[in-house]
Amino acid sequence: MPAVKLIVNGKPVSADVDPRTLLVQFLRENLRLTGTHVGCDTSQCGACVVHVNGKAVKSCTMLVLTADGADVRTIESLATGEKLHPMQEAFRENHGLQCGFCTPGMIMTAVDIVRRKGNDLDEKTIREELEGNLCRCTGYHNIVKAIAAGAKAMAT
Amino acid sequence: MTATGIGAAVRRKEDFRFITGKGQYTDDITRPGETHAHFLRSPHARARIKSIDVEAAKAMPGVVAVLTGADLAEDKVGGLICGWMIHSKDGSPMKMAPHPAIANGTANYVGDPVAVVVAETLDLAEDAAEKIVVDYEVLPAVADPAKAQHKDVPQIHEVAPHNTIYQWHLGDHKATAEAIRQAKHVTKLHIVNNRLVPNAMEPRAAIGEYDAGNESFTLWNTTQNPHVARLVIAAFVGMAPEHKLRVIAPDVGGGFGSKIFIYPEEVVCLWAAKRAGRPVKWVADRSEAFIADAHGRDHVTNAEMAFDADGKITALKVKTIANIGAYMSTFSSSVPTYLYGTLLSGQYDIPHIYCEVDAVYTNTVPVDAYRGAGRPEATFVVERLVEVGARELGIDPAELRRKNFIRKFPHQTPVIMAYDAGDYEASLKRALELADYKGLAKRKRESERNGKLRGFGFSTYIEACGIAPSQAVGSLGAGVGLWESAEVRVNPTGSVEVLTGSHSHGQGHETTFAQLVSERLGIPIGNISIVHGDTDKVQFGMGTYGSRSGAVGMSAIVKALDKVEAKAKKVASHLLEAAENDIVFKDGKFTVAGTDKSAAWGDVALHAYIAHKFTGAQLEPGLKEGAFYDPTNFTFPAGCHLCEVEIDPETGNVTIANWVAVDDFGVVINPMIVEGQVHGGIAQGVGQALLEGVVYNADGQLVSGSFMDYTMPRADNLPTFTVGTTVTKCPGNPLGMKGCGEAGAIAAPAAVMNAITDAIGSENIAMPATPAAVWAAIAKHHKAHEAA
Amino acid sequence: MYNFTYHRASGLRQAQNLMGKLEDAKLLAGGMTLLPTMKMRLASPANLVDLDRVEGLNGIELKGRSLVIGALARHADVANDPTVGEAIPALANLAGMIGDPAVRHRGTLGGSVANNDPNADYPAACLGLGATIITTKRKIPADEFFKGLFETALEPDEIITKVSFPLPKKAAYMKFRNPASRYALVGVFVAKRPSEIRVAVTGAGASGVFRVPQFEEALKKRFSPKVLEGLTVPADGLASDIHGSAEYRAHLIGVMARRAVAAAAE
Repeated sequence: MPAVKLIVNGKPVSADVDPRTLLVQFLRENLRLTGTHVGCDTSQCGACVVHVNGKAVKSCTMLVLTADGADVRTIESLATGEKLHPMQEAFRENHGLQCGFCTPGMIMTAVDIVRRKGNDLDEKTIREELEGNLCRCTGYHNIVKAIAAGAKAMAT
Repeated sequence: MTATGIGAAVRRKEDFRFITGKGQYTDDITRPGETHAHFLRSPHARARIKSIDVEAAKAMPGVVAVLTGADLAEDKVGGLICGWMIHSKDGSPMKMAPHPAIANGTANYVGDPVAVVVAETLDLAEDAAEKIVVDYEVLPAVADPAKAQHKDVPQIHEVAPHNTIYQWHLGDHKATAEAIRQAKHVTKLHIVNNRLVPNAMEPRAAIGEYDAGNESFTLWNTTQNPHVARLVIAAFVGMAPEHKLRVIAPDVGGGFGSKIFIYPEEVVCLWAAKRAGRPVKWVADRSEAFIADAHGRDHVTNAEMAFDADGKITALKVKTIANIGAYMSTFSSSVPTYLYGTLLSGQYDIPHIYCEVDAVYTNTVPVDAYRGAGRPEATFVVERLVEVGARELGIDPAELRRKNFIRKFPHQTPVIMAYDAGDYEASLKRALELADYKGLAKRKRESERNGKLRGFGFSTYIEACGIAPSQAVGSLGAGVGLWESAEVRVNPTGSVEVLTGSHSHGQGHETTFAQLVSERLGIPIGNISIVHGDTDKVQFGMGTYGSRSGAVGMSAIVKALDKVEAKAKKVASHLLEAAENDIVFKDGKFTVAGTDKSAAWGDVALHAYIAHKFTGAQLEPGLKEGAFYDPTNFTFPAGCHLCEVEIDPETGNVTIANWVAVDDFGVVINPMIVEGQVHGGIAQGVGQALLEGVVYNADGQLVSGSFMDYTMPRADNLPTFTVGTTVTKCPGNPLGMKGCGEAGAIAAPAAVMNAITDAIGSENIAMPATPAAVWAAIAKHHKAHEAA
Repeated sequence: MYNFTYHRASGLRQAQNLMGKLEDAKLLAGGMTLLPTMKMRLASPANLVDLDRVEGLNGIELKGRSLVIGALARHADVANDPTVGEAIPALANLAGMIGDPAVRHRGTLGGSVANNDPNADYPAACLGLGATIITTKRKIPADEFFKGLFETALEPDEIITKVSFPLPKKAAYMKFRNPASRYALVGVFVAKRPSEIRVAVTGAGASGVFRVPQFEEALKKRFSPKVLEGLTVPADGLASDIHGSAEYRAHLIGVMARRAVAAAAE
């Protein structure tokens, strides 16, 4: 089995893997980082979004072997102990989640939106940028609010 | 109101684990020695299974077991059942066909499990499944409910001639027909209520485990009602006696009804775990969910509404064919009957209503309750008829509604329901203000100037939540009671655990239920834990669906808290050396009336357990009380949703320009959570109206079988919603609450379609109103106009 | 997913050698189409040659009157690149409409072009701009490259290295998205080039991307949406599915073409 080495949430990890292992499988099954979820099989729902070398990607549509050598960040790395990342805090403050299943992907996507689009996000931009993230609970209303607020909070 | 009590927008206690990735959903759980199950499913809508050869599959690497329907039958594992008996108008019982967890003999829909492979990894299980050789004799199939009863259509199950499960009716046929005959005007509509896939974001999953030493099973399962699952699997499937089966519903990622039912996969995981001697895990792929989760809706209806010269509704007649799918799912029979026909009076005083429902088998995935379940279908019929009636009569739709609103409560409708309280005028009035109804004409002109069409749609809906009381639902055929249980355990340090039979899969019970306890006991919500979703912890419960957890589940907690308070007062009376009747409990403190003698909640809790101040003969030690609460009636949330759309006539694309919802949910515990429920419900209702729709072809192949072809609402399909409330207290429960979970999904489809039909000037369009459908409807309307 | 042998190419030559040598091999670029297809077990290559590590194939540069973009340039790079935004804003705009932000971080120009999905966006840009697809073996004009559904002129061991887009005078892309997949239900790329006018349509064709000569003729007389009014594309030969009939697609081609011309003329 081929070997893979990467940095996940700041820690080097390595393993021999079945080549068909997807990044999301590796995170969930090998590393037991189960915060990254699988909600579809057509790369549409975004529950599996993580950051690879600083950019949001769908970890269900990337072989872990392709991610060899990469720096991967998952939802588990955002908070520092009990101290939440401003985007996490904004999701809680604005009731941007209900069942919580899409939430890790939403938050990782939101942080990436801020990286690309800045801290002052209007509603239209946020809604368009969420094209690759599905939520069945919230009707997106509070997710949009949360991202706008989280983006602002990230500036300070 | 305290900062964390009833009415406060308390931030959710459960959120920390979800936003940090620490939630524990079924797929996040790994059991020692776990194996993985993959189901081989029928690719045919109807086929006789002539033979299955599993030898090559069994020989594949990593394969632990390959099991078929024959193995299931050999082990005498019982089939799945529908738990609500409906009788036809001729008195005959519904025709429930056997439903084995794995097809044995005939596969009856695309997706019907035919075999299961259990292997060391999922990939290996899938590899092996391809080696199973099934010899099918493909049989003719029917997928269209409107055709299921035709003479030349194949009969799917022996027990059900003409594929008819029941022919149910409700109301007075003769009086209704007579009123229609005498009407000044009759509005008629043909309505297809489109079939939907629930698509909770967490796909269904199950882990079965067998402990041979104790001869006991454990099932981790994505379920909304673990106790009902245990009951059915124990009593009907016969997997294990009830006390030897533990069902755990850990964090569950949304349900919307689809996780109420007892499904083949969880039964098979338990059974296979015993056969294999190892835990067996199954997790649905999304595309598998499309053919394995019960679908929703799927009604074909012809309806007539009669009006007198003043625009008063005099009668309503409805004939519906309801698609049940290939087998009767757990509560499928109740959805198009008692959850549908009984709501056809809407918010209106209608003297005569008659409803007939034929439930039919088709070669499609089973259909059961999906958010709203029957009530969205009823609301759609009533609200479309009222809107079209208003247009035909030339009366403002708001005005026509006002003329017909029920204004005196309680109100007995002709279709069983006795509405207890409401103020429909209030929610309509408030909604019209918020939506700037007066400015509509101006906005329409502006849109027209930009080459767009603008439309406005109403939906003044009613729903019935918290189905009850048990005795009444029993008389209507329910196989279960619909009460709820609660147990309040006070610890010696004064912290509290509440065990509830309700189950939270996004609703925020850990917060709202704690708010109730905080308010009642005057303790911080941080000192309160809500325990649910485990049959070993909670004695029994009916679970969460039908917007019942507030009105029924929390009422049970109130009842248990009453008992706790009474007992605590007894403890306090010993502690404070005063008569029990003189003890006053307020703001977390026990005081002797008229004195400054008091004891804190924590002191009393401690003394309840150390029992130093009373003898066993005077008082039992401890502070723990349980209660079962059976409501006296449904609750009747109601409200008004207004939708304004703008349509690009060149493409048919519909944009929701504005949404106003004013709902009456009675007393609200946490407005933030309630608003969230409304938002989500609207999104699903808009999804039904604009985007979502299951398509089967004539052969019963599912054409819309993944997110690539089934349109899920995305953020850019929806606007920011304006949500308001009005309050009439529900007189039927101690907190005055009504249900809020389904309102949006019930109200929204009619509001959207009323807006679209207003914009395009034609009633001739079905859901989902996709751009292609809207464009075609506009083109057809223009053609008809030109011809005329 | 079926099992396969994984090969990580360190350079273009190695990738080409592997493709020539290995049986039933597929190139993996961004994987945005290939991996979902493999997950559904609808594709089962025995060998996968991963191009992710191949360097020097993601450049974006202006060469004379052409914009040359490396095959491994990600959609997000093309969408946000100032050179593209300046030279052919319609192309940047198109790249920014592919998939969603996370997909755009992985998906590549070469992958999209080589796959030739009938609903993909890039083929419309290639055909509409009269691009040249540059491979390890040759230069192929877009007019000769797209051969039908998922079919291209590429040989099994041939790898796209760059695509050269001649700079148009004016261009615009209008996409009407499939509501579910968000691929193009109809996408129309219109370009006014020094020598000619091109109208390329994706999403609608039963056999992939195609040009609309009658629209091009009309626009030659005057580059204005007005001249397209009343012109239609026959529905025969167009795709028809649950998201839109051939008639609807035919109609949308006219609408999107007019809007593209209007946007380009601005």
